[in-house]
Amino acid sequence: MSAVRPSEGTAVTGAPLSVSGDRAQAALLRAARWRAWEPLLWLAAFASPLLLSQYSAIVNEIAIVALFAISLDLVLGYTGIVSLGHAAFFGFGAYSAALFAKHVMPDPLVGLAVGIAAAAVLGAVASLTVQRGSDLTRLMVTLGTALILLELANKLDWLTGGADGLQGVVMGPVLGQFEFDLMGRTAAWYSLAVLLLCFLFVRRFVRSPFGATLEAIRDNRLRAMAVGIPVGSRIALVYTVAAALAGAAGALLAQTTGFASLDVFEFHRSADVLLILVVGGTGWLYGGVLGAIVFKLMQDFLSAITPQYWTFWLGLFLVVLVLVGRDRLFKPWTWRRRGRAA
Amino acid sequence: MLTILFDGIAYGMLLFILALGLAVTMGLMNFINLAHGAFAMAGGYVTVLLMQRADVPFLVCLPIAFVVPALLGAVLERTLYRPLYHKPHLDQVLFSIGLTFMAVAAVDFFVGSTQQLIQLPQWLRGRTEIGSGAWTLGMGHYRLFIIAVCAALTIALQYVLSRTRFGSRLRAAVDDQRVAAGMGINVNVVFLTTFAFGSGLAGLGGALGAEVLGLDPTFPLKFMIYFLIVVAVGGTSSITGPLLAALLLGIADVAGKYYIPKLGAFIVYTLMIAILIWRPQGLFSRGAKA
Repeated sequence: MSAVRPSEGTAVTGAPLSVSGDRAQAALLRAARWRAWEPLLWLAAFASPLLLSQYSAIVNEIAIVALFAISLDLVLGYTGIVSLGHAAFFGFGAYSAALFAKHVMPDPLVGLAVGIAAAAVLGAVASLTVQRGSDLTRLMVTLGTALILLELANKLDWLTGGADGLQGVVMGPVLGQFEFDLMGRTAAWYSLAVLLLCFLFVRRFVRSPFGATLEAIRDNRLRAMAVGIPVGSRIALVYTVAAALAGAAGALLAQTTGFASLDVFEFHRSADVLLILVVGGTGWLYGGVLGAIVFKLMQDFLSAITPQYWTFWLGLFLVVLVLVGRDRLFKPWTWRRRGRAA
Repeated sequence: MLTILFDGIAYGMLLFILALGLAVTMGLMNFINLAHGAFAMAGGYVTVLLMQRADVPFLVCLPIAFVVPALLGAVLERTLYRPLYHKPHLDQVLFSIGLTFMAVAAVDFFVGSTQQLIQLPQWLRGRTEIGSGAWTLGMGHYRLFIIAVCAALTIALQYVLSRTRFGSRLRAAVDDQRVAAGMGINVNVVFLTTFAFGSGLAGLGGALGAEVLGLDPTFPLKFMIYFLIVVAVGGTSSITGPLLAALLLGIADVAGKYYIPKLGAFIVYTLMIAILIWRPQGLFSRGAKA
C-alpha cells in the first residue's frame, strides 16, 4: 500500500506546475496535515481495550465498521456514486480471508492481504457496472452484485457452508507473537492498527491531486469530463480501492470472530454502513469513524432494550434524520427557523 | 413447458401490478421510493387479517386492500414524501429505507413474524389441464384469476393514461412541472392522486400475491429488489416497458427455478445487471434522461 506521491498526481493532471498549481498543492498539503487533536483520539482508541477491557469486542467491531464506512465514503462522499451493495466487497473479503485461513494457512496478515486482493479484483470487475447510467441504475447494479454474491455463498455450500456459515476458522497469532485472546484485546488492537494504516492511506489518497479530481467528478461530471479528467478510469480506480478497503474490513471481521456467514452479504449490511456514513458525515474521513462509534453504541443500547424491534427505532431515526436535514440534526436551534421557511 | 410459461406470465403480471406504482413515483416523479413494498405488505395484511379475524369474503377484501394502502399513501405523500421531491437521491434512499425498517418492525410487533396463509375460496382452488405429454398446459384457477384481474387493470390504466383528462394532466405535470403549473394544472393534486393510486395498486398486488409470493414481515425487503428490477429494466417512460420487463422477469424466474433450481435467483440478478450495463436507461426508454 504505497501512498500516491504528489509528483505522480500532478503528472497525471498533465498541467505544468504554475503559480496556481503551487498554491493548489500547498492547499492540498495543508489539508493533509495532522491536527493537534488527532493523535489524542488515536491514542485514546488504542488505550481503550486496556482501560475498558470488557468492551474490547465492541471496540473491535467499531474499528471494523469504521473501516467499512471509510471505504464507502471514498465511493459516495468523494466520488458521488450511490451504492446499495457495498456489502458485496465486505463479504467477499470476509469469505476469502476465512477460506484462506481454513484451507491454506492461518497467518492473519497474509489472510488479510488475500482478502484485500480478492475484494480488489472483484471491485475492478464491478467498477464496469457503475460507470454508466443514472443514480437508479447504479443503485440497482450495486444491489444486484451483493445479491448475486449472497446467492452464490448460499448455493455453493460445499465451499462456504451455505446457510450455516463457514465454521472452524482458527487464526494463528498476529506477526507470530500476539495470540488472539478470549477477551478480544488482541483483536481490537489488530483491527485498530489496520484501521489506522488504512485511514492514513486513504487520507493521502483523497488529499492528492487525484482525490481532487474525484471531487470534481462528484460535483459535476460533465464539467470534469470537459476539463480533461478521464472520468471512467478514475471511477474504476477509486471503486477498486474502496472495494479493497471494504475487503480488508470484511477480512478483519472474519479473522477476529473466526466465522463467516451469509450475514456479511445481507442487504442490511449495506444499509447500515450507508447510515453510519451519513450520520457521521460524508466527504469527511472522520465521519465514518464517528458514525461507526455512534451507530454501534446506539445499536448496543437499543437492542439491549428491545432485542427484536430495534430496527424500528433505526428506521425512525433515519426518517427524522432526512426530514430534519442531515447537517441540521445535531444543531437543534436551527430546526424552527427552517420550519418557517418551508 | 406451457405450464411454466403460464405460471411465469401469472407471476409477471402480479409483479407488474405490484411495481406499477413504483414505476410512477420513481420514473415520473423521479423519487427513489424503496418503501413501495411496505404498501404492498399493508394490502396483504389487510386481506389476511380481515379474512382471518372478521370472515370477510376474499373478493370483498380486494377493494379494501386497495383503499387502505391508497389512503395511507395519500397521507404519507402529503406529510412526508412531498418535502423530499427535490432532495438528493441519497436522502430519498435513506428516508425510504428507514420507512421500510419501521414498517417491518411494526408488523412484526403487532401481527408476529410467522408466515401468513390465505384461505382461497373454493372456486379458485381448482386446476384445469389441457393437452397431454410435453405440451400439457396446467392452469391453476387462481393464477388464471390473477392474469384476468391484472390484464383488466393494465388495459384500464393504459386507457386512463392515454385517453382521459387526468392522464394528460399527469403526463404534462411529469414532463415539465413548471409549465404544467403555469397552465393551471394543480400539480400537487395530480401527484397526490397518482401516488395514492400507485400505493393502492401495490396493496391490491400484495393481497393478490399473498398466496403466490408468501406474506411475512420481511416482505418489503424481500421483494424490493424485484420491483426495482421491473422498473429499472423496463424503463420508466411508459407502462408497456415495465409490463414487458415484469413478464420477462416472471418467466425467467419461474423457468430458472424449475429447470436449474441450484442457481435460484442468481439468473434474475445476472440478467438484470447485463441488461443495465447494456442499456442503463432501461430496455424501453425514450432516449437518455440522466
